Amino acid sequence: MSSPAAAPLDLLYSETEEELRTAVRSLLAARCDSAAVLARIEGAEPHDPELWRVLAAGIGAAGLLVPEKLGGQGAGHREAAVVLEELGRAAAPAPYLTSSVLATEILLGCESAESADLLRELAAGRRICVPALPLTLAPGAPLPAPVRDSGAGSLSGSVGSVADAVCADVLLVLADTGLYAVPADAAGVSRTPLVALDLTRPLATVHLDGAAGTRLADPATARAAIAGALLSGAGLLASEQLGIAEWCLTETVAYLRTRHQFNRPLGSFQAIKHRLARLWLDVASARAAARAAADALATGAADAPLTVAVAQAYCSGVAVRAAEECVQLHGGIGMTWEHPAHLYLKRAKADSLALGTAGHHRGLVADFAELAAP
Amino acid sequence: MTAAAPTADRLLARVRELLAAHPPATTGRAAFLSARFDAGLAWVHYPEGLGGLGAPRSLQAVVDAELEAAGAPDNDPRRIGIGLGMAAPTILAYGTEEQKRRFLRPLWLGEEVWCQLFSEPGAGSDLAALGTRAVRDGEDDGDWVVDGQKVWTSSAHTARWAILIARTDPALPKHQGITYFLCDMTAPGVEVRPLRQITGEAEFNEVFLTGVRIPDAHRLGEVGQGWAVARTTLMNERVSIGGMRIPREGGMIAPVAAAWRERPELRTPDLHQRLLELWVEAEVARLTGERLRQQLAQGQPGPEGSGMKLTFARLNQEISGLEVELLGEEGLLYEDWTLRRPEIVDFTGRDAGYRYLRAKGNSIEGGTSEILLNIVAERVLGLPAEPRDDKDLAWKDLAR
Repeated sequence: MSSPAAAPLDLLYSETEEELRTAVRSLLAARCDSAAVLARIEGAEPHDPELWRVLAAGIGAAGLLVPEKLGGQGAGHREAAVVLEELGRAAAPAPYLTSSVLATEILLGCESAESADLLRELAAGRRICVPALPLTLAPGAPLPAPVRDSGAGSLSGSVGSVADAVCADVLLVLADTGLYAVPADAAGVSRTPLVALDLTRPLATVHLDGAAGTRLADPATARAAIAGALLSGAGLLASEQLGIAEWCLTETVAYLRTRHQFNRPLGSFQAIKHRLARLWLDVASARAAARAAADALATGAADAPLTVAVAQAYCSGVAVRAAEECVQLHGGIGMTWEHPAHLYLKRAKADSLALGTAGHHRGLVADFAELAAP
Repeated sequence: MTAAAPTADRLLARVRELLAAHPPATTGRAAFLSARFDAGLAWVHYPEGLGGLGAPRSLQAVVDAELEAAGAPDNDPRRIGIGLGMAAPTILAYGTEEQKRRFLRPLWLGEEVWCQLFSEPGAGSDLAALGTRAVRDGEDDGDWVVDGQKVWTSSAHTARWAILIARTDPALPKHQGITYFLCDMTAPGVEVRPLRQITGEAEFNEVFLTGVRIPDAHRLGEVGQGWAVARTTLMNERVSIGGMRIPREGGMIAPVAAAWRERPELRTPDLHQRLLELWVEAEVARLTGERLRQQLAQGQPGPEGSGMKLTFARLNQEISGLEVELLGEEGLLYEDWTLRRPEIVDFTGRDAGYRYLRAKGNSIEGGTSEILLNIVAERVLGLPAEPRDDKDLAWKDLAR
């Protein structure tokens, strides 16, 4: 066979990772239970700045991918993946994937003094930075070029479906002359919130009209940095999807053990047990796929792009399936606004479009594994 | 030997001593296997004197890898899989000292092949409903006389011994009246008939037991405790089915991926999408199995083990089905319908049609997928059992 050889992967969780998980989980339990998320999503500010301060700076989660010499934790993708699992389990509206993964990876790829300064700010949790790119942008897809530099760093254009733009302090803007850090409150910048399917990851259109920013990289460097960030983002998104699926399975099992109909617990009916057992199998498999992607990214494995594509091609579907089963098996309760199941369904479905659909990633698998299309 | 459990380093030193004293190149197979057993390197977690050293089970892989690298002969685990995977751990757990000394060595050397007389025409998934009778002839230590019919017995035509469960008290509820025996396949009254399957082969057998005498010394465990003993066997059976290590694009996906690459004229967009989905699922299944092995090696076995057999059964069926379709006109043909009685079951060899038909058994043998889903639901997820009215009823009063 001619596909790349499989590297030995560490698919377990280390003790440090479990400690990190415990810290994040207890923070989310205290500040971001489903009642708190439901209460916030319709307000002007779905993000909770205090939650972000403790997560980013207190626990140090924002700097996991940032080297210690730039003020980060010098940890890696395996640890960031654990944070994303927990954020997925809580359907937390926190700009972690956008600021602490995507923007951070782009800045790490720029290797300029300006990007290093910004990384220090992000790692310390003092600022939130998001790439002004559509959330659907996938690794391996052509990069859009909607922003023009009319000379001397005066940027104009607009980008749709930018995730977490509303809570960002800094936008990373790809223009024809390179990559720019543009303060979100700079003159000529406006952000128009969109009504998003996923209430927990707000979207906005970013308009630039002669906005000025700091140039971080030339076009070639910028494009390479963005490509690397999209790969990491897609690989780590699998862990968020795992967390979503895990919550849906756990909640549904708990509900069906206690909900009685026909004078028996609903969970004692074989038709229902088999559905849940299959879902458990899917979640156990998604865990292996997501861990493989995180480990391959952490070690810079040669076959990381294939492992990431496999994880995305698999985990997207599992998260959506788990959320759909969660709604269905909760019956009428699952259709209500009060029950949090819909938050997970919306997050899971939006995640299945984010950073490339399963179909896009299967196409990448075809390339890497040399299974050419007809 | 010291009392402390041997470490990986000490085991490797022992392997090298074994290889030095019995160079594989110049030592006969039987002699080498005997020496390996006596060195305690057959099953390192077994006790000393019984092929082991009381070492942690996870260290077996270290020993196996070192011996394989040195080109040492193995005992053909596929031919004696039931003995190695099921009879041996059960004899170790429940056997008397005399039984362990009598049976484990020839079993490991492959001198004595074992088969498993569990399933019956009327008791498959509901195995505890079995009706084969064992009646004692005379007083407490008298022989047992066995009558009944077993089915799906692989290796019965080559086996010297069988693990057998039979009903010893029909007045008790079905799980309580069963006793476990070691049955001599050459005893008078044992008749083995080939059972031809959908593949055309007779890889399994029916076994008819008519007045078969089994001495009480060949009873394994207490009278009436056979179900507990059988559960040890069944647990080991599922572990041995799900635990194989495969490389990326190994197993069933390999031939279909190869056909895709080598024969562009067969490609269609629909087949491409389905192939990619299955390729991804096969890779994820490989990673899930790898994760399970890493958990086992750390001594924290995860519940994923219950799932691997379910996953592989479904994938094998879907992949082989796709492969038949991919082959087009060739997929309409079949290699050979001649009745054969293979000694070894070849799941992945032969042509696509055989693989497609043989894979149908993967979701039935060793516990049907439906039963395994119940096990996952009840033991992993903690869901309640369905109400049952058969558990406390005497076996003789059950509907049949």
